[in-house]
Amino acid sequence: MEDNQIEEGEKNTNVEVAPALISVHPTQNSVAVAVGSDLRVYDLLGDCAVSLVDDSGATSHKDSIRAIRYGANGKLFVSAGDDKVVKIWSAESWQCICTVSSEKRVSAVAISNDGQHVCFADKFGVVWVVDLHGIDGSEASVSKTAAPLLAHYCSIITGLEFSPDGQYVVSADRDFKIRVTIFPKKPLDGAHEIQSFCLGHTEFVSCLAFVITLDYPQGFLVSGSGDSTVRLWDITSGSLLDTCEVDAKAGHLESNGSDEGYSTVTDLCAIPDTTLVAAAIQSLQGVMLLSCNLSTKTLSVAKVISINFIPTSLASGSSTGLLWMVTGVSNLPGFDCPTVSRVKVISGFNKSSLEHKPIALEDNEIPGGTKLVEKLQGSVTVDEKVLTAAAEALKAAMCNLLIKKQYSVEKREFRKRTRNDRKTKQ
Amino acid sequence: MLEKESNPTLSKSTGLPRKRFYRARAHSNPLSDSHFPVPVSPSHVDFSLHYPQFFPSSSEVGCLKKIQFADIGCGFGGLLISLSTLFPETLMIGMELRDKVTEYVKERILALRGSDPGQYQNVSVVRTNSMKYIPNYFEKGQLTKMFFLFPDPHFKEKNHRRRVISPHLLDEYAYVLGVGGIIYTITDVEELGDWMKSCLESHPMFESLKEEELEADPVVKLLCSATEEGQKVSRNGGQTFQAVFRRIVPTSLYMKTDMVC
Ligand SMILES: C[S@@+](CC[C@H](N)C(=O)[O-])C[C@H]1O[C@@H](n2cnc3c(N)ncnc32)[C@H](O)[C@@H]1O
Repeated sequence: MEDNQIEEGEKNTNVEVAPALISVHPTQNSVAVAVGSDLRVYDLLGDCAVSLVDDSGATSHKDSIRAIRYGANGKLFVSAGDDKVVKIWSAESWQCICTVSSEKRVSAVAISNDGQHVCFADKFGVVWVVDLHGIDGSEASVSKTAAPLLAHYCSIITGLEFSPDGQYVVSADRDFKIRVTIFPKKPLDGAHEIQSFCLGHTEFVSCLAFVITLDYPQGFLVSGSGDSTVRLWDITSGSLLDTCEVDAKAGHLESNGSDEGYSTVTDLCAIPDTTLVAAAIQSLQGVMLLSCNLSTKTLSVAKVISINFIPTSLASGSSTGLLWMVTGVSNLPGFDCPTVSRVKVISGFNKSSLEHKPIALEDNEIPGGTKLVEKLQGSVTVDEKVLTAAAEALKAAMCNLLIKKQYSVEKREFRKRTRNDRKTKQ
Repeated sequence: MLEKESNPTLSKSTGLPRKRFYRARAHSNPLSDSHFPVPVSPSHVDFSLHYPQFFPSSSEVGCLKKIQFADIGCGFGGLLISLSTLFPETLMIGMELRDKVTEYVKERILALRGSDPGQYQNVSVVRTNSMKYIPNYFEKGQLTKMFFLFPDPHFKEKNHRRRVISPHLLDEYAYVLGVGGIIYTITDVEELGDWMKSCLESHPMFESLKEEELEADPVVKLLCSATEEGQKVSRNGGQTFQAVFRRIVPTSLYMKTDMVC
């Protein structure tokens, strides 16, 4: 019973590991990292660590943060997760300007391109919308209620994105499905008109991104999945344009390739102003760069950048040529310090080609330098052993959450026999 | 079919499958993860298996005929059997969650195809959870009729989200129905009837059929008589509550409140 499984999961929040997340301001004014319930922000313009201002309590979140994001216009920042609270921050003053409570744990967030609506998805597959009209952050934090926007029937929503033109909201789930819905003029009345379904993945969809160039301002959707592929879509029709297998390429770097599900794509990041997409792949040390040819509508592996680091989350600001990465985990069992994170930056992505080799920067070469590293990681140095354990714990957690339970025949029969709704009378 | 005679699950007199060998639990939990195959997308469904006469070989690509009617939670398939001869050129499919019931409907169709050569070629059934996998079977705007006859009531408030008609699921039904397509619902549970009607009324992509349209539609008459559940209700002299709505272009989506008249 799937709903029971989710409900059971809900009770075990404090033992569930959560991956570290990273997000970069659209023009790289600041960088944010979330590890566990901790939200850490570094102001790159002012070159200083940010102290968050939140009237509603000393700690901003009380349980693992599962989604963070800057708005496209750079004014807002949203964080949400297992504590069922969505916090909307001013990305300038870093004051929490609005708090929304959710009935269920939150798995994804998105901000409309005009910054007027925040959407969040809960673990029961419902996407909610909050109207921010009239909130300018000048007053103390307000609380708002959300209205249901759309739903994936009892599936965990794993990704939520607005299309670059703002016309559609795209939602991905663990049942292999991507839904493209017209974002209506009055979102509080619900988004009823489905433009398309993008169907083709054969495992849970884990992440979404849009590749945008000057020639294709409407962008193309790419999605990553537990089926070891990244796919390119036309969202207007829902057509699958190309499929890029990542496991063959990632495989030769594998230490033990026998591992099941080792090529799950965990995050995608379109590098702004290029047609490159960086992919984080479970247990691939480094990142895989995919190149998207928008005129032939194809997607291919351009390069694997090997570094001693398995990123859990990727981010990039515009025109900087930098790819920001974090790896880390919260609630790591068996360690004194259960929360660990490590930030790295790859530089050298220029507009058209990869002729300048992208390279991983040393900590002191990263914008913000070691001061930034210290803020975002919580410490300057991180024990590599802990990171290895973190990668393993995450792999297990992701499988538990997103891969459907495969019961053996006997177990299934047993579950059936012990159901209380089954009539004994024949 | 040689083994027909010796097959105890088929009735000796009619050659049709006997229902008592296909009895199953009264209600299924549509949220449970089941173990049936799900097509990746509508283009992955092999229609030659369902309608061999319409799709003579599986290699033949581009046969233009598409399924137009879907009976959601078709149960033992009575409606499909009636519709099959009423619309002999229209492909139709039943979707049913319980495997034994689905097997029964399959056998029933095969038996009818055997006893009435050339007939019942346009009807088939799949075992699936319609609440999750409708978009895996049908493309946008493909269907012209959808049926929800005597669906499970799920009385408890907490279980309302298991109802097969709900505001969010109507978005998906509106997606697979073409403009002008019709959604037929009927129940003997008044509370559920009110619920289905109010969900449809509040949805910007559906409008109610007028009284005279209902009378002119031959299918409406089948709603309370063609299915096993409907027959049971009428045998017991029970009341029924129907709601029949048409899929419309959602211009009202943007104008609804401005158009107060
Ligand atoms: C009360 S019966 C009615 C059957 C039939 N329509 C009739 O009128 O006789 C409801 C049927 O819907 C099926 N059902 C319930 N939920 C379903 C789902 N999510 N997908 C497919 N079938 C479902 C049940 O297994 C059951 O056979």
